[in-house]
Amino acid sequence: MENVSENKEVMIQLSGAKKKYRLGQIGGETLQADLQSWWARIHGKEDPNSKIGADQRSNGETFMALNGIDLTIYKGEAVGIIGSNGAGKSTLLKLLSRVTAPTEGEIDIYGRIASMLEVGTGFSPEMTGRENVYMNGTILGMTKAEIDAKMEDIIEFSEVREFIDTPVKRYSSGMYVKLAFSVAAHLDSEIMIMDEVLAVGDMAFQKKCLDKMRDAAKKEGRTVLYVSHNMNTIRQLCDRCIVLDRGRVVFDGEVEKGILQYLGGDNELLPRYYDLQTIVRPSTQHGKRIRLLSFEFINKETAIFDSNEEMKFMMKFKANESIEDVKAFFVINNSNGQIVGMTQTKEPIVSTCNGKEYCYEGTFNISNLAKGRYFFEIDIFSDDGEGRHWSYDHPRKNIVFEILEDEQKGLIWQNKYFGSVRLNEVRKVDVKELP
Amino acid sequence: MNNETTVQNSTPYHIHISSKHKWFDLKLKEVFRYRDLIWLFTKRSFVVRYKQTILGPAWLFLNPFITSIIYTIVFGKVAGIGTEGVPKILFYMCSNAIWVYFSTCVTQNATTFTANANVFGKVYFPRLTTPISNVLSAIIQFGVQMSLILAFLCFYLIKGEVHPNWWACLLMPIVLIHLGLLGLGVGIIVSSMTTKYRDLSILVGFGVQLWMYATPIVYPLSQLKEGPFRHLMLINPVTAPVEIFRYALLGQGTIDVPFTIVSWMITLLVTLFGIVIFNKVERTFMDTV
Repeated sequence: MENVSENKEVMIQLSGAKKKYRLGQIGGETLQADLQSWWARIHGKEDPNSKIGADQRSNGETFMALNGIDLTIYKGEAVGIIGSNGAGKSTLLKLLSRVTAPTEGEIDIYGRIASMLEVGTGFSPEMTGRENVYMNGTILGMTKAEIDAKMEDIIEFSEVREFIDTPVKRYSSGMYVKLAFSVAAHLDSEIMIMDEVLAVGDMAFQKKCLDKMRDAAKKEGRTVLYVSHNMNTIRQLCDRCIVLDRGRVVFDGEVEKGILQYLGGDNELLPRYYDLQTIVRPSTQHGKRIRLLSFEFINKETAIFDSNEEMKFMMKFKANESIEDVKAFFVINNSNGQIVGMTQTKEPIVSTCNGKEYCYEGTFNISNLAKGRYFFEIDIFSDDGEGRHWSYDHPRKNIVFEILEDEQKGLIWQNKYFGSVRLNEVRKVDVKELP
Repeated sequence: MNNETTVQNSTPYHIHISSKHKWFDLKLKEVFRYRDLIWLFTKRSFVVRYKQTILGPAWLFLNPFITSIIYTIVFGKVAGIGTEGVPKILFYMCSNAIWVYFSTCVTQNATTFTANANVFGKVYFPRLTTPISNVLSAIIQFGVQMSLILAFLCFYLIKGEVHPNWWACLLMPIVLIHLGLLGLGVGIIVSSMTTKYRDLSILVGFGVQLWMYATPIVYPLSQLKEGPFRHLMLINPVTAPVEIFRYALLGQGTIDVPFTIVSWMITLLVTLFGIVIFNKVERTFMDTV
């Protein structure tokens, strides 16, 4: 963090905030359980429905979406919140925007909040754009007089002036977003909360929104909380990054470090070995018929490569069924979380026998990848040659590697402008001097 | 972090959210701050309802008018219930208007949480604004119906068939507030209890219908003989305001002061209890709805 000698005003303070959700169906069947619990409580007996080991994050019936968050956010900060799905990002924003109350803990908010957890909340399709601006503005806490004063700015920013007196049900989704964002951006609020609202809308407008939010933080001293899976927008907008994992803050600090932490797990080490046995799978079906046990880079101590090197690796897996022609594919992402490309095993790995364990060694040519960090997940599948395929296992673990700068290939590579893939070079056929 | 001091912010907008709920914090001040929103919700309910209809606001007259005619035929002519000399159509129009006002307050508010889950789940504003705006739009609807009733009233006044108690007409706003509060209270209690178990919401339409027959709506109170049933009816908190309403406008019925006071007490209790439980449920209903 930078050294500032001025006073920092606290805008948001969370202490020990927890949020518990109940899993499974709520209603009908649980009325009886509710009555039992209530009866036990007023008689001072032990609740027959409480579970043992209530400290765990999930104990079958309840789930701690947030498991003790302590956080202080200061005035003028633009804070990016990242984390994988289910890490608790949206729950955190819900608590802050007062949509739901915490199960435990205290939250202090020093200012008015404009929250956009979803674009165009409270928009009525039958009403015109202008009527909806009033509607949305008042829902977000403005008075009618304040909206009147800002109306011109809102319409100007939204770029939908011609349609402002048309019912919004005739709007395109882009126009809808523009108008909604515009209302939220022009609120007199001290705190702005945005949950990936920029996903819709064209590039130019996205940029405009980001600029507007950055101005809000830098020039107007407002505090911005922004949740996104798009690391680029986090980089552009935020000066502080919070990484959530399983309901806890696992990182709080510089944006680049936070992004690395999120994408790469441990950002210092690039391990050569991954144990995949106990990693979460996307469904209970994954990992049943074939289960990946481990993945290992075998020609390196750490997963750092020169782009003229071959990447050699070894995967171990166990088959619980006989399956013909098992293959694997890898979707490679760059450090912004953008997909770079996909690669698959050229020939089938093996036709498995029930109960056997296999060890597969492969090599992958990485000469097309520019310098930078990449990660991928492994998917084991088979197909019928007609386009249908079945996925057997897919451990949700990012396997990370880094490619070092290679100066022998002409122009110095700038990922920001050139992307992550070196396409094949242009070959000379002929060159002549013109008369 | 060098040379850095943290100061508490001294903004007037400080909000403290705690896992502990303060039961008797009614948050009415906050509701008042959002008065513009209440008004917009009210306006929206009309704008949205009659967009893309041919008859538009004419439906506001048509609906109750047809209902009143049917009441006149069924209860007045077929069942032969007397209306103490008041023209039957006028009696049923008045009764119907005041009952529809009350029952709208109940049924509209009974779905506050479930019907607005989408908006409530995305953004915070004082939730109480929604039921209040429902009551306001019911009042406006009632006002529109009154214009038709007044036209009929003039007609029968000229014919000399009805004798309103003009002074009691001054009580009209109080009657409306009374029924509005009661409807709001009952409605939000039901809506608070239905976020988890939906049973009550199914019961509500049916219950309101039964309630109508337990209230002197399709018959005058005077038709009931002295007895336990009449007492029960007087304890029904809707009876007193309905009677005052008809006493004022049609000169039929009585103002029973003790029962009016009881009715007000019940109303205030129900409303207070409603707001308390509503504010409690509002905090976390998104998790169960």
